[in-house]
Amino acid sequence: MKENSSTETATPTSAPTRRRFLNWAWAFFGLAAVTELGWLGVSFLNFRKDRSTPARAKSIITAGPVDMFEPATVTAIPQGQLYLARLEDGGFLALSRTCTHLGCSLRWDEEQGKFICPCHGSSYNAAGEVLTAPAPRPLDCYPVRIENGIVKVDIAAPQKRQCFEPGQVTRV
Amino acid sequence: MRSSRRSITDLILHLHPRSVSFSTLRFTLSWGLGGMAVTLTGLLFLTGILLLLVYQPSTDSAYSSVLTLTREVPFGLWVRNIHYWSANLLVAVALLHLLRVILTGAFGPGRRLNWIIGLALLVLLLAANFTGYLLPWDQLAYWAVTICTSMLGYIPLCGEWLQALFRGGSEIGPSTLANFFVLHVAFIPGSLFILMLWHFWLVRRAGGLVQAEQGRAERSPTVPDLVMREAAVGLTLVALVLLLAMVWNAPLQEQANPGMSPNPTKAPWYFQGFQELLLHIHPVYAVFVWPLLGGVILLAIPFWRGSSLPSGVWFGSERGRVAAIWTAVAGIAATFGVILLDTLVLSSDAVAANTLITRGLAPTAVLIVLAVALYALMVRKLRYTRAEAVMAGLLLAVVVLSMCTVVGVWFRGQGMHLVMPWAQGAM
Ligand code: FES
Repeated sequence: MKENSSTETATPTSAPTRRRFLNWAWAFFGLAAVTELGWLGVSFLNFRKDRSTPARAKSIITAGPVDMFEPATVTAIPQGQLYLARLEDGGFLALSRTCTHLGCSLRWDEEQGKFICPCHGSSYNAAGEVLTAPAPRPLDCYPVRIENGIVKVDIAAPQKRQCFEPGQVTRV
Repeated sequence: MRSSRRSITDLILHLHPRSVSFSTLRFTLSWGLGGMAVTLTGLLFLTGILLLLVYQPSTDSAYSSVLTLTREVPFGLWVRNIHYWSANLLVAVALLHLLRVILTGAFGPGRRLNWIIGLALLVLLLAANFTGYLLPWDQLAYWAVTICTSMLGYIPLCGEWLQALFRGGSEIGPSTLANFFVLHVAFIPGSLFILMLWHFWLVRRAGGLVQAEQGRAERSPTVPDLVMREAAVGLTLVALVLLLAMVWNAPLQEQANPGMSPNPTKAPWYFQGFQELLLHIHPVYAVFVWPLLGGVILLAIPFWRGSSLPSGVWFGSERGRVAAIWTAVAGIAATFGVILLDTLVLSSDAVAANTLITRGLAPTAVLIVLAVALYALMVRKLRYTRAEAVMAGLLLAVVVLSMCTVVGVWFRGQGMHLVMPWAQGAM
């Protein structure tokens, strides 16, 4: 600032405007730089986000023939990371194995006939409905299709639901 | 020789004032907690650099590189243990330091900004600890991080976005590890370093540690009086950490297996109080509303007039000490009582339809009413000062959280059921 003073005295009228202009310019370039950096950062992170979400080329998996699953049983389908539940009335429901509370992976307890979460003790029945809190909503499910007596599950995206409705069940 | 000794003294005097008030030298004023935190941070930096030479931050090789470290690298196991113990002790020391600041009235006018920086440091420390937790890529790490990043999802509006940002995608995988690695070895240590320097400088600007007698107290020279004491505390602590690291190994479970959550899956100990809350409270409240409320209160408290105790006296006065003891006892009893009540009586009657209200809004309202009532009781009826009431409130919060931690660490067994510590075998 010291050095400027000599030129300022030389042109007393233009100095304040010039200073104001320079200040504006500073602020403008500063903002531009921040925006650029922010944009750079966000696009960088977004790219990684998209890339690591696996584009499941084969999003339809084959669980097996209908007769393989008895009514009122739950079978783990490891390749889809899900459970295929066949309800008492024979309907199919593909349930995500991820607890809706905080994402632990559930175990089907054959004896008690329910899913039990090892992390905070939530439990669900075979249709994925919450039996004990803290889980806030039923298990996510995947669309099930039955083609020529073969059960197929579309695992592209789990579907969130607030409660169990008969419409979610696929019947033979 | 003489001149080099001079220059060392000069260097020390850049960090410290030339002389310090005699009363602040007393060990029982500060318990040397700040100095301990610095020592531990130093140990963490040193061992961290060594670990960085062996560790490989990719999902394929992270676990095996940790195995190599512990099995083949000379002293590798020890170095990892030192890092582990320093990190855990640092959290404990920082929390005690916070408690000390509350109980000796060290957040009043002149130290407000430093209180805020201190809180930021605490958050960074926890973040550093937690990001380090994922790096070995074992079962412990994987599931703790699954749970914690899922918590982010409950934050209204930007939750899902934040979650995807931290995980680097929708699932935990290579990008998550990369994120945590960068946070752990670059971002957090850098921020910690800057904030720590600022923290110390502000202590010095506020005239050193809090002291009781204001005015012209006796002063003693920094070199050697203060420096000797600091060295004694620091070296003892280093010796202790090295010893701990020889006797107890840092845990390492099997390699991460996304298909199987171990039973029980527990958070690291400093988050287990929080985990205990999650068992009882609706996640939106446990993850978002309560921490937000707590954070706002902590940030705002130094700005409430008369909220800080008279400086440099533990508990402010003899009456304050009695109040603190009663608060602690009541806090312990209440925590155990509420947890038992909730597990045995309330949560057994199935899931109420509206957990957002029964397990969120209602407890929050009860808490706020209780807090106001207790404050009124202390200040109006029992004639305590505002500072003493605030101290009791903060202490109560600390006690409740630590009791929840105790329950989480020792009294939760398989399926997170309440058990006696001896019933679940060795910890
Ligand atoms: S993650 Fe399943 S109960 Fe918390």
